[in-house]
Order: sequence, then structure tokens, then C-alpha cells
Amino acid sequence: MQRYLLSRLVQSFLLLLGVLIVVFFMIRLTGDPVSLMVPKEAPAEVREAFREANGFNRPLYAQFFEYLLNAFQLDLGHSLKFRQSNLSIIMERLPSTVYLATISLFLAIVIAVPIGIIGGFNPGSAADTVGRAFGLFGQTIPGFVFALYLILIFAVRLGWLPSFGRDFWYSVILPATALSIGGIGQFVRLTRSAVLEIRNEDYIRTARSKGLSKMAIGARHVARNAALALISVVTVQYSYMLGGSIYIESIFAWPGLGNLLQGAIVDRDFPLIQALAIVFSFFVVTLNLLTDVIYAVIDPRIRYGS
Amino acid sequence: MTKILDVNGLVTRFYSVDGVVHALNEVQFDLEPGETLGVVGESGSGKSVTMMSLLGLIPKPPGRVEGGTAVFNDGSDTFDLLKLSEKELQEVRGGKVGFIFQDPISSLNPTMTIGKQIAESMMTHLQLGESEARKRTINLLQQVGIADAERRYDSYPHEFSGGMRQRVMIAIAVACEPAIVIADEPTTALDVTVQAQIIELTQRLQKQMGMAVVWITHDLGVVAGMADRVLVMYGGTVVESALVDDLYENPQHPYTIGLLGAIPKMEGEDERLVSIEGSPPDLLQPLTYCPFASRCPFVFQRCWKERPLLIPIGKNHDTACFYDVERGAPRDHV
Repeated sequence: MQRYLLSRLVQSFLLLLGVLIVVFFMIRLTGDPVSLMVPKEAPAEVREAFREANGFNRPLYAQFFEYLLNAFQLDLGHSLKFRQSNLSIIMERLPSTVYLATISLFLAIVIAVPIGIIGGFNPGSAADTVGRAFGLFGQTIPGFVFALYLILIFAVRLGWLPSFGRDFWYSVILPATALSIGGIGQFVRLTRSAVLEIRNEDYIRTARSKGLSKMAIGARHVARNAALALISVVTVQYSYMLGGSIYIESIFAWPGLGNLLQGAIVDRDFPLIQALAIVFSFFVVTLNLLTDVIYAVIDPRIRYGS
Repeated sequence: MTKILDVNGLVTRFYSVDGVVHALNEVQFDLEPGETLGVVGESGSGKSVTMMSLLGLIPKPPGRVEGGTAVFNDGSDTFDLLKLSEKELQEVRGGKVGFIFQDPISSLNPTMTIGKQIAESMMTHLQLGESEARKRTINLLQQVGIADAERRYDSYPHEFSGGMRQRVMIAIAVACEPAIVIADEPTTALDVTVQAQIIELTQRLQKQMGMAVVWITHDLGVVAGMADRVLVMYGGTVVESALVDDLYENPQHPYTIGLLGAIPKMEGEDERLVSIEGSPPDLLQPLTYCPFASRCPFVFQRCWKERPLLIPIGKNHDTACFYDVERGAPRDHV
């Protein structure tokens, strides 16, 4: 297993290196980074001063190696707008995003998995039909549309919950619900199909031939194998919630990274966008690595594989 | 001796989207304690479905057992298997009747140690604690020929070869020393040499524990070597039942005769393999006539009008045919 994990670790590292390279050249793809970052109307002296200050006048390879060196020292450059280090801005907003994404993921699992299990064990039943319809709804409705409906109903009409900010403990309810709906849909459908599929496996017939009760078969034979099918999707969904919550955070004015990114795009704060892109990629790579570790722990075929 | 299993008029149907599949049409057979009953027939003849139906293992829906009796009697208990509730059936399965399935790769849970898969049966039926079940499982693993059983208890199925996995399957089947073991084509997926080992092992355990074994197969060679009695199935019915030597020397049903004729011979010239002309009956139609009529060389009018029932034609020898092959004429008093 160590070899397996080591190889995954090396792969993750290479992936991050690739991301750094892509982000570096992306900014320079349009030619002169200065023209991207400085308004067109700015006088030539200002442009030159900016070029000098940011080292854009130096040879490309020198800029690149300095960029890499800085990145490995956790220096992701400075924001043009905030005039401080990107990393410190990001770290300040990070907890809000992690908080929202984690609650959303938890919500999605707690709601979706039981629905999927019930459906998988009783296909065609009334509960299954309702569950599938709910799953389809979750997977097809765009998150931002659902978010607007939530605001309309719970904030505007009923006035029960705040529609923006993170001022109260219950401020998280609406954005978390909106952010989790897509995951709920996906998890319901996946859990259901995993349970259905596993119930038809030969080893479930073996378990039945041993005279185990339905509960024992579900808990000991179906659950673990169904979890295997779910884990990869759950972690992908989590990375999506961490990095892809731009519109949800914007709609609810949630003080997280998505909101920060949206602002940075509007302000053309390229160094910050660059830093955020790196941080989001880091989430994805880390979660993928985590997925591999979890698989290695619970799937014996990987655990003992060479 | 009292029969450990007496099955009569077993009817199973599958309600599929294409229509009703008449999988079993009044299947009749019995089983004596300690004997080996070979069940032969081609795919779809109802061999497996018969055994699955008895123990509530057919998928429901679409399957339904719609008639018949199956009296189980192991000396201490007597009951009709088909009248039991799911909960009562659970006690029978694994406890009084063990199963060995065809494909030992897919029939074992890939994420559970083989030791646990054997022990959970003991813990369910014999009310053993975990450590006691472990001890007995290790003992059992040794008996089925798995070396280093203590360590192998914690191994997963993918760490074993096909033959070893089938040994594990056998250990699961006999874990609670059942009165009957149903082996559903247990050697089909294995190499010939491994096949022989598995058969030998089953027979040894059978003698040791005094179990009756139902050996479902389409390999007539295997049956000849190990069965006491043979049941030939066709189109969801039993068409002939006889002691093994009697069946091979003196087959009475045209299907059995054709089947035995289809066994390739070792001696002689290279000849084309013999096969029975035609194809098995369409089970979507109710069986109102002989299922073998369309392929039978001896067919005559009556065969299309009614279905022949199993009748005794000798000691321990039954057949379901209107035609007396020996006399070369239709039977009179059937």
C-alpha cells in the first residue's frame, strides 16, 4: 500500500506543478501581462513603472523560475486591489468557503443517501418514485435558479431566513441548501443504482443462501460495497462545492473564496485570480489524493495490490 | 428410510415483460439422507430454478412459486418448505441446507475476509460468539484443504485462486453441518484437475457429515462418477429419474437417450459431435403437451395432445414418456 500511496503522492505533486505552469503561461498568453493588468488609459510612464515593479521586463525563464520558487515558499504574489499578499487574503476568506462547502456536503449526504438506499432496496415502490423524482429535480435544476427561489420564498415572502451575509448562525441555511441541491440529485441517483446493482451480485445471493436477514445483508454486504461506489463521487462533489461556488456565494454575498474570485474578475485583479486558480486546483488535487487514500483503506483489492 | 426431501407438483413462473415464463411445470423428485442426487439437463431446463424455488432464492418479483409441496424431514423436524415465511426460510438456509454456487469469483464478497464470510453463517445459525466462530472456521478451513488457515482467515477472496475460492464456498456451505448441500454447477468454472479435487473434497465432507448432496450439472461425466441417482430435467419438468448405473445402461426417455448419445467417445475415429436436433421448448407457452415432442424421434399423436407425467417403470426408475422404447410401441396403460 505504501508504494501505491507514494506513487499517488508523486502524481499529485506533478499535477500541481502542471497547474502552476499553466497558470503562469495563461497570463502571458495574451502577450503583454502589463496591458492586462493596467488600464488602457494609463500613461506610458505608469505602465513602465508597473512593468519594472513586477519584474515583467525580465526574461521569461527568469520570471518563471522566480514564480515557481515563490509558489513553493507559499508566496502567491500580491493583489493589485487589496495591496497585500494574495495568500493572506485567501486565508482570511478560506474558512467561510470551507464551512459552507462542508455543511452543504454533509446536508447532501444526510438527505440523499437514505433516499437512495430506500429506492435501491424497493425499486418501483411509491417511495422510490418520489425519491427518483426528487433526485432528478436536484440534478437538473440549476443551482442559481434554485437559490433565487429559496430567497424568494424563505427570505422575501416568509422572512424566516436572511438572504445574504454570514451574520447569524442560520445565515448558512439558504446558501448551503442551494449549494447542495446538485449533489443531492447526484447522490440519490448514484446510491440507488449502486444498491440496486450490488443487490444483484452473486455474493448477495451467497449471503442470502447463508440465511442472513435482510438487515444483516444490507449492513454487512451491501453497505460497504455501495460506499465504494459513492466515495469518488462524494469527493468530486466536495471539490466542486469548494471551488465552484462562485455564483452561490455571489448571490448570497457569502464572504468566501467564490465571492472573492467574482470581485477579482470584475476588478481585473489578475494576480489574485491567478492565486485563486492555484488554490482551487490545490483543493481538487488534494481531494483526489484523499479519495485514493480512502480507497486504499477500505478496498482490500487496492490495499493489498502491488 | 424416510425421505429428507419430498417435492411434488412444484410450479414456478416468472412474470417478465415478454409474458409469463413457465419455468417449472410440476416438478417432482425426492432425496434420501446422505445420498448424492445428480440433476442434469440443458440450460433453462429448470435445474437451478427448482432448487432456488425450494428455498425462496429466486428473485421475487418477477418469480413466483405457484404450487406444489416440498416436505423437508431431517428426523427432528418436518415441514413444507413452500409454506415457510421468509424468516423461517432464513433458518433453513445455511442452517439445514447449504449452497455452493457456480462462480467462486463473483459469489464471494470482495470486501470481506473469507474467514468472516464463513464465520457469519455459524454466528447466525449456531449462536456462536466471534472467537468461537473463528476457531471453528479455522478448523473448517483446514478441513477443506486450505493451508495456513490461521493466517488465511483474514485474507480476501482476490488473494485466492479459483479452486481455493471454491473450497471457501464449500466451507461456507457446510459451516453449520447442514443436512442437504445444493451444489449448483460448482465445477463448471474450474480447470479439469481442480474439478476432480473439488468433487473429491465434497464427497469426503459428505461422508464425514452425513449430508445429502444435490449436484446440479450439465456434465454427464461428473454425474456418472459421483451420483447415486440421477434426475434428468427438460423444459421445466423431470423427464427421467433412475439410479445412476440404471440410467446409463438403460435410458428410457428419448431425451436421455439423445443426451447419452451426445457424449463424445474417447475411442474410435474422429467423428462429428452428435447433437440433438431442434431447440428446447418455448417456456412462454403453457406446457400442454410433451416438451420434447418437437425433437423426439418417437413422437406420435398423443404427445401433442397431453403432457406425459412421471410414471414408475422399474425399481427406482421413473420416466415421463408415452412411448415404450424397449418394445418400440406406445405404452398401453398410462
